[in-house]
Amino acid sequence: MHPDPRPLVLSLAGITKRFGPLTANDQIDLDVRAGEIVALLGENGAGKTTLMSILFGHYIADEGTVHIAGADGQLVPLPGGSADAALKAGIGMVHQHFALAENLTGFENIVLGTQPLFSLTLTRRAARAKIERLMAESGLTADLDVPVARLSVGEQQRIEILKALYRDVRVLILDEPTAVLTPQEADGLAATVRALAGRGLAVIFISHKLHEVLALCERVVVLRGGAKVADRPTAGADRAMLAELMVGRAIPPRERPPSTPGAPVLSLKAVSVGSPGQRDRLEQADLDVCAGEIVGIAGVSGNGQGALASLVAGLAAPREGEARIAGARLGRADPSGRIAAGVGRIPEDRHRDGTVGALTVAENYVLESISEPENQSGGFLRRGAIRARAQEAIAAFDVRCPGPDAAIRALSGGNMQKVVLARALAREPRLVLAHQPTRGLDIGATTDVHRRLIAARGRGAAVLLISEDLDELFALCDRIAVVHAGHLSPAMDTQGLDVRTVGLMMAGHGAGEAA
Amino acid sequence: MWDAFDILLQANFWAATIRIATPLIFGVLGALLCERAGVLNLGIEGIFVAGAMSGWLAVYLGLPLWGGVLVAAGVGALFGLIHGTLTVPLGLSQHVTGIGVTLLATSVAYFGYRVAFPNVATPPRIEPFAPLDVPVLGELPFIGPILGQQTAFTVLAFACVGILAFVLARTPLGLALRAVGDNPEAVEAQGLSVVGLRMGAVMAGSALMALGGAFLTLSAFNAFYFGMINGRGWVCIALTVFASWRPGKALLGALLFGALDAYQLRLQTITGGAVPSQIFLMLPYLFSIAALVLVARRADYPRALMKPYFKGQR
Amino acid sequence: MIRFVPRARTPVWLTVAVSVGSGLAALLLTAVPLALSGAPVLAAFVLMAQGAAGDGFALAETLTRATPLIFTGLAAAVAFRAKLWNIGAEGQLYAGALATVALGAGLIEAPAYILVPTVLIGAAAAGAALLLIPVLFKTRFGADEVVVTLLMNFIVLLFVQMMIEGPMKDEMAMGWPQSAPVLDEATLPKLVAGLRLHWGLVIAVVAALALHIFITRTVWGFRIRAVGENARAARYAGLPVGKAMALVGVLSGGLAGLAGASEVAGLKGYLTSDLSPGFGYAGIVVATLANLSPLGVVPAAIFVAGVFVGADSMSRAIGVSNYLADLVVAFALLSVLVGGLLTRFRIVVVRRGTA
Repeated sequence: MHPDPRPLVLSLAGITKRFGPLTANDQIDLDVRAGEIVALLGENGAGKTTLMSILFGHYIADEGTVHIAGADGQLVPLPGGSADAALKAGIGMVHQHFALAENLTGFENIVLGTQPLFSLTLTRRAARAKIERLMAESGLTADLDVPVARLSVGEQQRIEILKALYRDVRVLILDEPTAVLTPQEADGLAATVRALAGRGLAVIFISHKLHEVLALCERVVVLRGGAKVADRPTAGADRAMLAELMVGRAIPPRERPPSTPGAPVLSLKAVSVGSPGQRDRLEQADLDVCAGEIVGIAGVSGNGQGALASLVAGLAAPREGEARIAGARLGRADPSGRIAAGVGRIPEDRHRDGTVGALTVAENYVLESISEPENQSGGFLRRGAIRARAQEAIAAFDVRCPGPDAAIRALSGGNMQKVVLARALAREPRLVLAHQPTRGLDIGATTDVHRRLIAARGRGAAVLLISEDLDELFALCDRIAVVHAGHLSPAMDTQGLDVRTVGLMMAGHGAGEAA
Repeated sequence: MWDAFDILLQANFWAATIRIATPLIFGVLGALLCERAGVLNLGIEGIFVAGAMSGWLAVYLGLPLWGGVLVAAGVGALFGLIHGTLTVPLGLSQHVTGIGVTLLATSVAYFGYRVAFPNVATPPRIEPFAPLDVPVLGELPFIGPILGQQTAFTVLAFACVGILAFVLARTPLGLALRAVGDNPEAVEAQGLSVVGLRMGAVMAGSALMALGGAFLTLSAFNAFYFGMINGRGWVCIALTVFASWRPGKALLGALLFGALDAYQLRLQTITGGAVPSQIFLMLPYLFSIAALVLVARRADYPRALMKPYFKGQR
Repeated sequence: MIRFVPRARTPVWLTVAVSVGSGLAALLLTAVPLALSGAPVLAAFVLMAQGAAGDGFALAETLTRATPLIFTGLAAAVAFRAKLWNIGAEGQLYAGALATVALGAGLIEAPAYILVPTVLIGAAAAGAALLLIPVLFKTRFGADEVVVTLLMNFIVLLFVQMMIEGPMKDEMAMGWPQSAPVLDEATLPKLVAGLRLHWGLVIAVVAALALHIFITRTVWGFRIRAVGENARAARYAGLPVGKAMALVGVLSGGLAGLAGASEVAGLKGYLTSDLSPGFGYAGIVVATLANLSPLGVVPAAIFVAGVFVGADSMSRAIGVSNYLADLVVAFALLSVLVGGLLTRFRIVVVRRGTA
């Protein structure tokens, strides 16, 4: 192998970071050269975020050094603990959750922090010219003069990248950049990234989507349990191999026994939810979800799946049309009514909607059923019974926690989700609403959630799975419908369905056009 | 009936409107500066008291009037430092901390006053700001008498409106302040200090609040009384929502409130006791609540208001 | 670098230690302005302690002062637990006092066993009704209850002044603006003859116990806790969020109203506009010192009352202003807030590595 002629721009050596007994980063080395696109691959908890946080000064490494090329190409040490130093040294990061002030315009977000704070004026003209030049060069376009809140997710991401380019970064870190994009938008992003690398930018691409990594990156670095387990060219690698490196063992193929769908449990006929002005709304949607099947809803977040989830969860009422669960018509917004009707609900955001952080595991477990006779008598809590029932659920769902009396906020995301799952599935619901049920979970926890959903289907429940992860939908669902701008497509059999077709529909092209 | 309308035609009424509005202008500007950066400052009521007392005491002890103004601003900033330290890096409840700062600032002021003047029957006085001699405009009918009753301190309040509006809208600092109240991560990601910006905003905002108090003892009156603030600080918090966190609208809200207060005082005299005076005195508070309730639904609160931010927690 | 790591469980001893420590820290902090004022610091504190608990009479006086503070402390504790920022206990106290006079000063004539409960229920209802207004504004219009409850304090006080100078004025009071006295049948009896201590204290302590059981052991208490900690998740889980908030409003306002009834029917006998020297605001301090625990409110109220009674007595003896008490109370509030970090987080000192 001949040495790479391109100059090193970033070099991490022996980075170690411990949080108490946990070693989040263990002796990690990482070199990145100009013009190179490196994938950083790893499960949640593998240490990717910690490593990047060290680079950005949120954390300080216990051991190890970070060097970055100066203007003359010489590597100089990067002082730790300062985001400002990282920015000044030419490192830019586009976070998965955008770091944008939504009350400012795109232009204002880009120049924020780039001019002396106490100067009396904002230099607009020169800044504007530079941004427009960058937009022309990179092909990144966005409206610069409206508040960011009014931009689409794709445009917001472009503003984020422009923010980094504006600071003349030499290393650009993209954290799960395609998670919020349609496959087509993701292709566009990939083209931009290649063009930028072609001009000498070093790119670190953080992702867990293996096909993207293989298509875009020339080298892949895999982290597992805080340590680097592989650093190799993508040429010659395949998905199964990378997945195994990530998880550390061969992943058994998901088993999905055949199932015969029964009668419709959830039935929507020309249902609209949310006011017409809203972005996340549903217009004239038709959908049947039958007993013993999993129906998936694909779509870029904010296109109506929130409205659909709210309707089924009981947070919203249909504006028009007829929605029925097991034959009973849905009226007003009534979460407890939905629960009583036999809907088991897994909310999109377990911290915000799924759990009450300050309450205990046991209290969260009985949150929905507190007024049932099994949990109270005469208005007084049956604390012993509640504890015992929670203890059973902890065992049945393998929740790792100090006990039923621990505050739930002290649990890891995966274990918190297990409590939510236990609550939703405990009473054998006839309809399961799973809204992004594996977001932010590692592969182990994800597999567990998938297994539970398939088991629910197996015993005859109807499952409505809303996800942004097409891999997940294709692996689990019997049928998939696509939602775009409030319009829901008919549910199509997953067998014989093509990812590209779904991608085009997510971007607003009809199924006919796409085919 | 005609009398009630006649009030509006008196220059005296408009002069009083401006006089009543001035401390509120300072207060609302201070509150909106803190809130724009994401920090609710319920210390305002106490900071008003501390500003009124410290500014006045400084002048009583021999400092020039503007020296008193500076002392008040400094004392305000000091209480801002306390409120900021507890709520920004330590992330404590902004509601309860604010109430604590109000209690502390009020009791420090009262205790200090009692230490300085253990047994006085009538409050000692100072020579307050003199009315301005406005050339040309001061000669005009109607306008002249209105301006002729104002002091340089009022001019400072109006200037602060312009300065704050300019800083927020036009300067890099203003950009950063607006951003930190909306999404501190955005600010951190651009290499700016969230703690620094918020602390600075709370201290500067508290200094402005203290000026509101000092106006009362150095310009509107000439002495310090217990209970003289009487809810003015809380009114400012309501007016801040009413002003949707904009300096220009803050000025408008304060003037509207001032007009209402001045009007009810005059209405009391013409009704001649037929209606209990308390009814009139309630009006400004009722107005504040009404203003708050009316705009609350569509109020565009700074997104990060009252949300503590800890570095590195996403 | 210092990191805050959330605790899964907080040991009870730590909560108590933080409260006690904060009280001591407040006294220490107060020593600074006290020394600056030129007063003998140690002597002043000794006099304060003697004045608050030096003998049976002093202790009784402290408990008498603690009675309304227990009520307002409970009012703040139950509201703050549900994140209902009721800063209007002062106004609700006056509403309760007003109701006490309205019902107990001759409108109804009945034996004590009917009139006393009537007066108490009336006062609680008045306080509750007053707080329901901002709760409604909050749930219906999204208006911040802090400002509304604060401003309502001023409105209620003006209303009280209007009533005692007008329709409720005692014509026998030689021109003083005060209400007619409550009937003997509406009066809360004294606990010990010759002392000002009255049955209000017993009612307050019972209320604290009842509230504790209600919050920890009942379904509605559970709902209030869930709604207070995360209203979105509570709504998602189908809990009646609006009703829970209204219930909190009724409880909080009702307890503050009882403070007014207890002061009028147990102590003063009539209503003046200086009935409360800020009991409503001090209730916030009491509740915070108690870490929002109803049982903790009782000792916290006794501490705060002791500070006030002790400062009054000290002030009479050596002429240091009794505003010193307000200083101690303010410092105690801020100290306990900072100390509260210790109960919610483990403070871990992270060694700065070489990077």
